[in-house]
Amino acid sequence: MKLYCLSGHPTLPCNVLKFKSTTIMLDCGLDMTSTLNFLPLPLVQSPRLSNLPGWSLKDGNAFLDKTELIDLSTVDVILISNYHCMMALPYITEHTGFTGTVYATEPTVQIGRLLMEELVNFIERVPKAQSASLWKNKDIQRLLPSPLKDAVEVSTWRRCYTMQEVNSALSKIQLVGYSQKIELFGAVQVTPLSSGYALGSSNWIIQSHYEKVSYVSGSSLLTTHPQPMDQASLKNSDVLVLTGLTQIPTANPDGMVGEFCSNLALTVRNGGNVLVPCYPSGVIYDLLECLYQYIDSAGLSNIPFYFISPVANSSLEFSQIFAEWLCHNKQTKVYLPEPPFPHAELIQTNKLKHYPSLHGDFSSDFRQPCVVFTGHPSLRFGDVVHFMELWGKSSLNTVIFTEPDFSYLEALAPYQPLAMKCIYCPIDTRLNFIQVSKLLKEVQPLHVVCPEQYTQPPPAQSHRMDLMIDCQPPAMSYRRAEVLALPFKRRYEKIEIMPELADSLVPMEIKPGISLATVSAVLHTKDNKHVLQPPPRPTQPTGGKKRKRASDDIPDCKVLKPLLSGSIPVEQFVQALEKHGFSDIKVEDTAKGHIVLLQEAETLIQIEEDSTHIICDNDEMLRVRLRDLVLKFLQKF
Amino acid sequence: MPPARPDTEYPGGRGHASSGHSLAPSAGSPAFWRDARRALGRVPPSVPAKIRQVARPGAGPEAAEGRGAGISSLIMDPECSQLLPALCSVLADPRQPVADDTCLEKLLDWFKTITEAGSSLLLLQENPCLLGLLCHVLKPQDLSPRVLSFSLRLAGMLAAQEDCFQYLQQGELLPRLFGEAGPLGGAAWTAPSVRSGWIQGLRSLARHPSALCFLADCGAVDTIFSLQGDSSLFVASAAGQLLVHILGLSLQGPAEGHPGLQTGDWPVCAQKIVSHIEESLRSAATPQITQALNVLTTTFGHCHDPWTQVLWGRLSPLVACLLEKDPVPAAHSLVDLLLSVARSPVLSSSSSGLWETLAQTLSHLSPTQAGPLALGILKLQECPQVLRAQAFAVLLQPLTCVLEATAQAPGLLDSLDGTGGASVTVDTLLPSKAACVGLLCRTLAHLELLQPLPQRPSPWPQAPLLGATVTILRLCSGSATPTSDAGGHLCAFLVGCVRVQRAALDFLGTLSQGTGPRELVTQVFAVLLEYLTSPDSSPTVLKKAFQATFRWLQSSPETPGCSDLDPHAHLFLRELLPVLPKRLCSPCWEVRDSGLEFLTQMIGRWGGQAGFRRALLASEVPELTEQLLRDPESYVRASAVAAMGQLSSQGLRVTPASPEHPGGQQKSLLAELLHILSTDSEGFPRRAVMHVFTQWLRDGHADVAGDTERFVARVLQVASQDLDWEVRAQGLELALVFLEQTLGRPSSHCPYAVTPPVAAPPSSLAQALRPLCRVQLFEFAFRALFDCDRPVAQKSCDLLLFLRAQTASYGGPQGSGSVPEVASVEAALQRWQAGDQGQPLGYLEPEVVVAVLRSMDLEGLRGALAESSDRVEKSPQSLLQDVLATVGALGEDEADCY
Repeated sequence: MKLYCLSGHPTLPCNVLKFKSTTIMLDCGLDMTSTLNFLPLPLVQSPRLSNLPGWSLKDGNAFLDKTELIDLSTVDVILISNYHCMMALPYITEHTGFTGTVYATEPTVQIGRLLMEELVNFIERVPKAQSASLWKNKDIQRLLPSPLKDAVEVSTWRRCYTMQEVNSALSKIQLVGYSQKIELFGAVQVTPLSSGYALGSSNWIIQSHYEKVSYVSGSSLLTTHPQPMDQASLKNSDVLVLTGLTQIPTANPDGMVGEFCSNLALTVRNGGNVLVPCYPSGVIYDLLECLYQYIDSAGLSNIPFYFISPVANSSLEFSQIFAEWLCHNKQTKVYLPEPPFPHAELIQTNKLKHYPSLHGDFSSDFRQPCVVFTGHPSLRFGDVVHFMELWGKSSLNTVIFTEPDFSYLEALAPYQPLAMKCIYCPIDTRLNFIQVSKLLKEVQPLHVVCPEQYTQPPPAQSHRMDLMIDCQPPAMSYRRAEVLALPFKRRYEKIEIMPELADSLVPMEIKPGISLATVSAVLHTKDNKHVLQPPPRPTQPTGGKKRKRASDDIPDCKVLKPLLSGSIPVEQFVQALEKHGFSDIKVEDTAKGHIVLLQEAETLIQIEEDSTHIICDNDEMLRVRLRDLVLKFLQKF
Repeated sequence: MPPARPDTEYPGGRGHASSGHSLAPSAGSPAFWRDARRALGRVPPSVPAKIRQVARPGAGPEAAEGRGAGISSLIMDPECSQLLPALCSVLADPRQPVADDTCLEKLLDWFKTITEAGSSLLLLQENPCLLGLLCHVLKPQDLSPRVLSFSLRLAGMLAAQEDCFQYLQQGELLPRLFGEAGPLGGAAWTAPSVRSGWIQGLRSLARHPSALCFLADCGAVDTIFSLQGDSSLFVASAAGQLLVHILGLSLQGPAEGHPGLQTGDWPVCAQKIVSHIEESLRSAATPQITQALNVLTTTFGHCHDPWTQVLWGRLSPLVACLLEKDPVPAAHSLVDLLLSVARSPVLSSSSSGLWETLAQTLSHLSPTQAGPLALGILKLQECPQVLRAQAFAVLLQPLTCVLEATAQAPGLLDSLDGTGGASVTVDTLLPSKAACVGLLCRTLAHLELLQPLPQRPSPWPQAPLLGATVTILRLCSGSATPTSDAGGHLCAFLVGCVRVQRAALDFLGTLSQGTGPRELVTQVFAVLLEYLTSPDSSPTVLKKAFQATFRWLQSSPETPGCSDLDPHAHLFLRELLPVLPKRLCSPCWEVRDSGLEFLTQMIGRWGGQAGFRRALLASEVPELTEQLLRDPESYVRASAVAAMGQLSSQGLRVTPASPEHPGGQQKSLLAELLHILSTDSEGFPRRAVMHVFTQWLRDGHADVAGDTERFVARVLQVASQDLDWEVRAQGLELALVFLEQTLGRPSSHCPYAVTPPVAAPPSSLAQALRPLCRVQLFEFAFRALFDCDRPVAQKSCDLLLFLRAQTASYGGPQGSGSVPEVASVEAALQRWQAGDQGQPLGYLEPEVVVAVLRSMDLEGLRGALAESSDRVEKSPQSLLQDVLATVGALGEDEADCY
């Protein structure tokens, strides 16, 4: 069993598990941090950005963090754990010869589609006049300023995919529900479990009859909108692959939401605008819910909230229809019937308005001071670029970063000097290390496998021993482009016996409660299922012709040697030898058993747990005598 | 008290009994019990039975006759006496279970007051049904354990008086209740309540020497020994206390007179108990050792007679032996015992080895166990200096470890590290998070208790303590950088630990009483700011951080000459003020609330100082505070009201001339507060408004001083209609302030009150009272007088009494008012008292008021109000009726009861 690690990003994992002749890809996250090396793509021609010295607008943003560690066309299935971890799907399904199936839950697919659609839209609506790729040449790249100069494997950076590729990729997905058991080639069974992180987010169990691997990715134990995490089903795993923990382990989401609300209120009260760069789905639902409760108490009822994204409308509406994937509280609302999320009410009362882009209706409705939620959190493309340009000059305005995926300082770099206030309240509801240690205590896997980042404190806080996984035995860590042999061997395989064969067995009780029977049968293996079938009727006896042993097609039904069981008590054996006239017997203890030395006869009897050897000097008579003596101590059947 | 005659009868007691009860039937005669049983059933209490003729010692035959003739009994109300037989029969009837044992407890309380006030013997004789009940419970039957327990306790209570004890003894009732033949051997004994009743009965009974003989005769002491290990903690604890009581009782006579008496000469009973304790102390089983130690602790804690010295002298070597075991058994109880010995004036002054034992114990116990002992030692008034130093070192060890783990400046360590015990402490701190957190919290709490005591160790290591506390807080927030493995572990345990944060912030606040080196104080402010700023601080932690901050600011030295904050604190304040608005905007109401409380405190303390005022006015705080008057959470609104009251008093309220309100025509705060008072749906904000108004009136606030009468009239009018009694009570407080100001009496009850310039006292009473009449203060006060909430009525009564006294000081009966007017007011008041408060009094002339005041029986009213409102419901008669009613034994069924 091997794990191929294709991503170095612990929250955007991409691993391939080879298990019982299946090749399973676990997630295909897209690491987009390389976009931070590019200039923002403005919706409106920005004289400031185009006049920055040195570098003209570069070609499309491209990003793919894969290596040629494994031939991706051999991947049988891809299991998706949440919509953030499927953003690289088109690259894999469309360009690698992949012919397998992708499994994901319905909300994951729908919201994943929205995220991809938004990404494509953001990039495509700002077509570039020129495109350059020569700089990717290693010799030229070396001449570039830092950090481009130091960027690794620039050649693997790709252009953004197209909507067509997205549609084609998504068509390969097969929808699954929580706890649904999916057979893969009869060899393994995979099951998605609720992971509590996002709508439709799942952990996966990959199991055969005797082995169980749990894949935990992006899980949350906090009470937010999704269905709570299913922990019980993760118990008794042989291996637990743990990825997607919180990226900001020192920030408590509750505290951050408080910080978010306070800063928002303070800015708006002073007449400033608030810009929240965010994804169109996920934490935004929770933020809107908090604001719904908060705005009245903070006297912000008259402040408009704008949500601008090409998929804003779909995102808000989708969230309301996935009732079965929501937490219990929200599910019960559906039966009242009420919309599960309060943002419906915000929209109804005109407190929250959504627009596909800042062109069109938005420009006529726009009223300040206001709060704007828009993408992309990297500040490199999307409507957010325009708002940064628009509001950056006033210290009354505030930009509040809530998504933890990008360094906010790097994101802000092209906008400097910036007068607007910047608040960093990353809200990451995924598991923190305390929760992980509780989880591991609860589910008690035999082995834990995780990215190497989780096995040591963060580099910036090397003293924080609490910010790492602490379990026994220590977790096995992996890094990008590593192949990990998972630390357990398959020992058993389930084999079925055909009823008629089972009928013919005659078990013999050798110990109370334990019976044995010899079986002669044909092992039939098809689709990873093994069946013992009755042997074909023996053809006419062939008259004592000696058979070849190794290549027997039909088992030997005639010459049935008895099977032996039991152990040889050395002292009694020696007494028996003496009775039979052997003298001068010496017994030596060895690591595995005993050696009985018949000095006179120059013979050795080597007794071990599962074998006995008689070593004598070409005296077949003696050997047979001794063999019969040995056999007296063993049971035959 | 008769001379000591160990293990003999007490002839004095018997003599007393025989002389006092010559008419009692002879003990043990079957006729007696028959009589008692007959009495239980049929003889109504008014009929003078033969037994009734027994007179109380000292009471003449006339008294007995008088009672017999139906005159109210001195012992019990006739009504209760009448109900008692029915009650006894209900209790004795297993078919009528008493559902509620609180009423049995109340009955016992009642019997206790009766027996304490008078003769139990007489009570028994007047109410033979009681005796009947006690006899009845002895019969083999299915009686509830509650009733059995009740009877045992009642019997003990009655037998507490020696004459009654003898009386009961004559019928062999006590041995049958408390001896082997009683419940002790029966099935009922399995009920803990019965065992508890047995112990409590004996505890009440053991008051006199005869009781001791009884205990010895019936072998009760051995049973008590075994009950010490009872499965019910209540029973076990009561058994221990009973032993202490018996020991004390048995030694009261003999050893008191002879302090030199050795234990060998003690009464048998005492010797038996002492031997039992010795045996337990030698035992290998920890529970037994614990029992023995607890008995000793209670003994030395309650009794300081010379014999305790003898006892300790004999047992201390055994106690010392416990210390040699590893681990020390029953460490907590041992600590309690040693501290109890050390606190006992008799023992601490005489025992030579006590201090050595304490020192030895300190070094033997684990840090967790030694902490309470160390604190106890440091709290002692008299104690050798060496021991105190050792105890203090033990107490400080965990903090030393913290400092070591983070490698603080060596200077800090030296003064804390007194012993080599630190490594042991590290072993305790590090294995588990729970142990680490527990030990640190306890240590901080102990030190917090110690800090304000006069006998706290001197020199007090203020600087290292500050350093350690700051370090703990920084470990908790994750900002400390540990330098060792131990430090790394500590950090991992403490990060985000709210319990430790709270304890450390509390202690840090306490430490503000002392001074510290400048750089440490800087660190204190830095860590406080870190907590106040951090989004991760939990609301409770934040509250503590605010409290600690206020205390530190309060203790920071004032700049000489200008009484402003020192520059240091000022700098801090400049950093703090931007944080405060964010807290006031928090979505968590607890945070907004504690932010406002802090603000109110700050303004109260520094509102008058220029630097603070400038900083505050430059911030958004005043504006935000005003917005919080409309917060959805009532607690926050209340705090905002208090804060705005302060801001306004100090002239710090901002009234911006906004473009929407040209000319700054903003609603005045007074109007806004009045609006809250009359419309807010919750009580807290309204109460807060009343407090602010009262304070404004006291201080002569500008908004109020303009037209005080109008203000008071308006406030009283709104307050009188409030549903919350505290608002009405506070209205009376405001009325009182106005009254004092009007009548020219210098306000004395509030030392902070600024008395406004008092005009020359009005010359005539009528003139003086006129403003009070104009604001309709009397209408408000009279209404309050008949308020359905007692505190309001009491307060009003006090106010009117005060006013009457004031009017008297004006001399002579001025203007008695027209009689018809007075009569109509009095009639209205009577209607009010009857509950009809609809009709207002209208304007009253001062003369009428004076006349009404003088005619009212205010003292009588005050007396009536002083009695608790449930006095009727709490009467024994009502209790008896309740018990009977619950089983339906009242009314027509009564005849069937027998």
